[in-house]
Amino acid sequence: MAEMAITRKNNSARDLGLMLVVWSATAIIIAAFTWIIGDFIIHGFERLSWSFLTTSPSNAGRSGGIAPILVSTLLILLIAITVALPIGVATAAFLSEFTRVGGRVRQITTLSLDILAGVPSIVFGLFGNAFFCIWLGLGFSILSGGLTLACMVLPILIRTTQAGLSSVPDEWRRGASALGLSRGAALTHILLPAATPAIAAGLMLGIGRAAAETAALIFTSGYVDRMPSSLDDSGRALAVHIYDLTMNVAGGDANAYASALVLISLLILINSVAVTLTNRYGSQRITAS
Amino acid sequence: MISSKSSFSFLWRNDKILGRVLWASACLSTALLILIAMFLVKESWPVLTSIGITRFITDAGWYPLEKLFGLAPMLGATVIVSTLAVLIAAPLGIASAIFCSFIAPRRIAQAYRSLIALLAGIPSVAYGLWGLTVLVPLIGQFQPPGASLLAASLILSLMILPTIALTTDAAISTVPKSYLQGATALGLTREATIIKVILPAARASIGAGILLAAARALGETMAVLMVAGNVVQFPTSLFDPMRTLTANMALEMAYATGDHRASLFVSGLMLTAIVMALATLAWRLSGGRVHG
Repeated sequence: MAEMAITRKNNSARDLGLMLVVWSATAIIIAAFTWIIGDFIIHGFERLSWSFLTTSPSNAGRSGGIAPILVSTLLILLIAITVALPIGVATAAFLSEFTRVGGRVRQITTLSLDILAGVPSIVFGLFGNAFFCIWLGLGFSILSGGLTLACMVLPILIRTTQAGLSSVPDEWRRGASALGLSRGAALTHILLPAATPAIAAGLMLGIGRAAAETAALIFTSGYVDRMPSSLDDSGRALAVHIYDLTMNVAGGDANAYASALVLISLLILINSVAVTLTNRYGSQRITAS
Repeated sequence: MISSKSSFSFLWRNDKILGRVLWASACLSTALLILIAMFLVKESWPVLTSIGITRFITDAGWYPLEKLFGLAPMLGATVIVSTLAVLIAAPLGIASAIFCSFIAPRRIAQAYRSLIALLAGIPSVAYGLWGLTVLVPLIGQFQPPGASLLAASLILSLMILPTIALTTDAAISTVPKSYLQGATALGLTREATIIKVILPAARASIGAGILLAAARALGETMAVLMVAGNVVQFPTSLFDPMRTLTANMALEMAYATGDHRASLFVSGLMLTAIVMALATLAWRLSGGRVHG
């Protein structure tokens, strides 16, 4: 960002008024969020322990741990990424390397992806239930949940990969052409490797969005909190577990807070990896061009 | 981008295959939206043809088992709670962006930005859990039952605040530096520079950010479901419990069958249409205007 130092600060009443508003708004925001995060840390640590992560829930989740729920969550995320990543990268490669800027194909695809990115998550849940669970006959399963989330994260993956590809300088493409590389070779050996940090950052953002998701999973992967034995089993994601403990289980708050602390820590970790990758990518881009 | 069809390399055989594979993926990605729309319409079709769209607004109430499908109270509650959330979050978010861009020293501004980014990453169930265990009992002390329009709007405003703060911050940073230099040259005070020069110059992008936040508030399910009390009614006071369209879908999909299930898909279509309209407006607002 450009440096925006405002040098002239006079102590007029209006300036003081503005400062008062801005400082108190900032204070309110910081206070509210310290309160929330503090609550999660204080209540979450009461139950959090190694055995909480490695044992099964008992008594409807009031006691015991979250081991099978972590496994289900991981499987759902794995399916979502395995399906969405190749399609997403291929679509982005097609859009930025095989279509023209402002061309019709690019416009239509970009528009439809923008719309897709704005669809509320509960609507993805309705769609996943009607299409994957019932029409394709997958039932309430980890597979249905993972595929529904794949649809949700696809626009994120495409957008970030496209941004990564479009910031590779055109000289590199011309250089590849001049060396007689095929477009395929240029893509796999030059363009995609150069865009890898952006793709990885997009991947992290996608995983973060998918891991936080509840509404799209209630009617697709279901509520069963046993250890899943196959992808056709219903499996409860961590976010769904928190929801169920809070709303449907009296006395489940303690374990809900501990689970929420696990989920939030996971998301913070994922987000910081994404930010680090984006920053590293940003500095790389400056030295490259 | 280089994409001339006469380029020599395009004639390579492998490239043709690669081109087709990539093209097929792009088609799949584009078709996904059509597939989703088709299935939403397919599932809501039975009830749309048998009772028509107008009865979803005009019916006296939401008693799907007695064939009364009035979505109006929930539609109203959705709009009211989102509007309130935006009214609370917008001033705070804009003030917070001013703090970041003009007042805080660089280091503090950076730390503050990462705090806001961190908050954007907290999942909605976590906000719901906190709202239900802390905010609802707190409101309940003054005005039982606590689970209410007020609780839902406060939680929603916390959730959309990072969006508004970050987009406003970005909007301010795109205002040309010359505006600031001009303001300084004219001897304007800090307050006048920010209020009369910077914010008006960035107003289109700020507005777009607020609309996007509103779209997010409309589509939010879990947090609202957990703190709003979920009674189907037009909220008449801040302390009334109420149920949004999204919460209704999440609560009733589990057991709904026949026309009842179809009517939930109708509410999904309705919600998507509203969110799309807002997003389009935001897109036009930010795209249609060029600085200077």
